[in-house]
Amino acid sequence: MKGLAEIEKLTKGILAGEKRSIARAITLIENNGETAQKIISAIYPHTGKAYIIGITGPAGSGKSTLIEKIVKELRKTGKTVGIVAVDPTSPFTGGAFLGDRIRMQNLSLDEGVFIRSMASRNSLGGLAKATKNTVRILDASGKDYIIVETVGAGQLEVDIVKVAHTVIVVLAPGFGDEIQAIKAGLMEIGDIFVINKADRENADRAVIDLLSALELNTHKTWKPPVIKTVALTGEGVNELLKAIEEHKKYLQTGAFDEKRRKKVEAELLEAINQRITDTLIAELKKEGKLEELIRKIMNREADPYSIAEEILKEKISKK
Amino acid sequence: MAERKIRVLIAKPGLDSHDRGAKIVARALRDAGMEVIYTGLRQTPEQIVETAIQEDVDVIGLSILSGAHMALFPRIMELLKEKGVKDVLVFAGGIIPDEDVPKLKKIGIKEIFGPGTPTDVIVKYVKENAPKKT
Repeated sequence: MKGLAEIEKLTKGILAGEKRSIARAITLIENNGETAQKIISAIYPHTGKAYIIGITGPAGSGKSTLIEKIVKELRKTGKTVGIVAVDPTSPFTGGAFLGDRIRMQNLSLDEGVFIRSMASRNSLGGLAKATKNTVRILDASGKDYIIVETVGAGQLEVDIVKVAHTVIVVLAPGFGDEIQAIKAGLMEIGDIFVINKADRENADRAVIDLLSALELNTHKTWKPPVIKTVALTGEGVNELLKAIEEHKKYLQTGAFDEKRRKKVEAELLEAINQRITDTLIAELKKEGKLEELIRKIMNREADPYSIAEEILKEKISKK
Repeated sequence: MAERKIRVLIAKPGLDSHDRGAKIVARALRDAGMEVIYTGLRQTPEQIVETAIQEDVDVIGLSILSGAHMALFPRIMELLKEKGVKDVLVFAGGIIPDEDVPKLKKIGIKEIFGPGTPTDVIVKYVKENAPKKT
């Protein structure tokens, strides 16, 4: 764990927008739970200012390339941008190849842009465990917009809804028919849908399939628009930016507070959950009871659920 | 507490248009459990150093085939120094004549791997020499 003085120095650096402090803090958040908590506590009052855009969709649909074009446009209006690009960690070796920057080379020397590649490590929801707090670091550093790119998403990598204000689902022609578009998961989370590579065959067909599936969403007050883009040339990017602004305005009509409340609730419950579980498990390990319990279950003397119940009763009555 | 991963930047400075070697090394390091960031082709020294800072890498691997290493590598090392990046291991690979090797080592490039180096050798080298940061 880092000393208080170092955490203080990092915090100052982050708030001043100093790149090495931001980068270092993100590494600490990825690697060390306790230090991460201290840094987040220190910067928390300075967060909540940035607008967070999530970009998700299948691998190869053009997310990174599209981000480069979006950021170029945002920069023209003087806005600063932080980017967190998540790529998958190998479940076999624990290694990762982080290649999203390759599509964003033109942004690497822009002083108003900070890009961080991130491996998903053990998370399965399309982001890394550290992503949310990395967004907070970039937020506290003064970035106006933060763009989060998920790993190539299939159907259930939907954690991005917990992080972003506006979620953009990027698909390419040939993503499937209307039936695919009605399926649960990814297709439920888009505030805006993009059919990228729209210069390819069947782009209009994809738009129609998507629109007719989205029309079945009768209970929502926000109707997600479907926008055609060609990320390589930048075609359609201005329309996409307009749609983002519209969604931002929509959220300001009140939906924003509700969305925020839900997010805060989810995070608080998760934090409590994590804290209690970690503490209980650490105690069990320290007391040396875990092995005994495992043996009991293996001998069919007890089942995992009644043991969990027993532990809970015992620990709570002690407190 | 999560385990610490070695973060490596594999960079292609200059005007090469061939990056098979860089990709093979990146892939080998990935398979050894490291997090490898690849810059893509035709990077300036400024871009490479900026990327290394933002990504907070422990190791930088430079791959070059164009023959411009004596111009580009010193510039990269200078920039790293200028920006106060000290705790990073830099190694290189590609087509680099033997007589240049001592000069490059003198400016802080710790190891140079020529064509035909088995990837195991590079993996072992990076594992053993990556700076231990907390």
